Amino acid sequence: MYYKETVRQMYDIGIGSLMIIFVVNVFIGAVTAVQFVYQLSGTFIPKYYIGYIVRDMTIIELAATFSSIILAGKVGSNIASEIGGMRQKEHIDAMEIMGVNTSSYLVMPKLIAVLLVIPLLVSIAAIFSIAGGYFAVIYSGSYSHEEFVQGLRSFFKPWNVCMMYIKALVFGYILTSIAAYQGYFVTGGSIELGQASTRAVVYGIIVILIADYLLAVLLI
Amino acid sequence: MIRADNIIKSFGEQQVLKGINFTFESSKTNLIIGKSGAGKTVLLKLLVGLFEPTGGNVWYDDKSLFSLSKNELLTLRMQVGMLFQGNALFDSMTVEENIRFPMDMFTKKSKKEKKDRVDYCLEQVSLEGSNNKYPSEVSGGMQKRVGIARAIVLKPKYLFADEPNSGLDPKTAITIDELLSNITNDNNITTIINTHDMNSVMEIGENICLLHEGRLAWQGTKDQVLNETNEILQDFIFASPFLKKLTDSARSHGDKL
Repeated sequence: MYYKETVRQMYDIGIGSLMIIFVVNVFIGAVTAVQFVYQLSGTFIPKYYIGYIVRDMTIIELAATFSSIILAGKVGSNIASEIGGMRQKEHIDAMEIMGVNTSSYLVMPKLIAVLLVIPLLVSIAAIFSIAGGYFAVIYSGSYSHEEFVQGLRSFFKPWNVCMMYIKALVFGYILTSIAAYQGYFVTGGSIELGQASTRAVVYGIIVILIADYLLAVLLI
Repeated sequence: MIRADNIIKSFGEQQVLKGINFTFESSKTNLIIGKSGAGKTVLLKLLVGLFEPTGGNVWYDDKSLFSLSKNELLTLRMQVGMLFQGNALFDSMTVEENIRFPMDMFTKKSKKEKKDRVDYCLEQVSLEGSNNKYPSEVSGGMQKRVGIARAIVLKPKYLFADEPNSGLDPKTAITIDELLSNITNDNNITTIINTHDMNSVMEIGENICLLHEGRLAWQGTKDQVLNETNEILQDFIFASPFLKKLTDSARSHGDKL
């Protein structure tokens, strides 16, 4: 039962979030690149640095943090609504009477699914973000393919990729546990369910940003 | 036998149950009746352990529900089936999966054994062949019956039903009552039904407890209901002017109720 539920959650969270992850990260990468093209113009900084900057901005910060914030909105509200709806429709009571450990049965598959899927989503986010930056730079006409690729290959630190995955896992845990908590303890009717869903998103984003700062201090 | 022993339940400042003492008898259809807000659902949820009482205790035979160890509680849970007011069927599962759910969680039966048991339960509630439908694809009455099938799938010793007739037309309500009564008698189950449906009271109430403003106002059987002088009971039963007229008319003709 747990396995089947985990796979269903992985599908919903993973496949269901691909489009939004794709769109947001392509544009984030493109905007980052365009901003730095503007900042670097007229300076003595080598042109190929643009690839290096886009790559590290994406890997160290944008891919994990932006994707997690997006998922806190999409997946977090979904988890809070789903569990909260089950609470209101007495599904949780029904399970408890059957002797099911509801917090484990309802939350664990979601948590495991998010922890398995989020590193993949963040990897995809990083690829699309760098691709977005690449196309924005190349189509601006002031940089060549070779310059961007040279930047991408320069000063690479594998630890940065580890950092991206550590962040992704921590943020995934935060967004799932906060959303599940808000949904599990919801009381009242549809207004309260909406409020719980909103709290799941708001608290999730705030805690992710605080964790982002702490991880930056600890990991760099 | 389940015994409510001086049950008190408060939510904040509001005391909903004010010392309920009542014995729900074995192998009988026990009814908890009363107006909306009388505390029926709270009492039912206390009896199954979804709420903890502020005072008092619930006894399953000689065991206190709230003093059971984790394993004892799990064993007891497997002997309890419950039908919820809103059915509480899992939307993402088919009828068969809903009914099979308790078996999947707690038994190591083979797929075939589970399928046979599901088919048997569906037959008991006259829903043969509905295995692959989703709850949203069947009517309210059918959902109730699926809920009953799920409640009895583990062959429970105790069956609870929270307003099983709410939202149903009178004919379907009678079918559900008959079904619960038959299941109780055929399987020797102790059934506790929470209802304010007078038809249920008159048809299946073998042991009735009337709640009024959180207190036990009357107890008896369906045969005693119409001839009781208890004002609260009279007020509850004859809330329907039609039934009042009918009873008065019968009495004026000297008929025995």
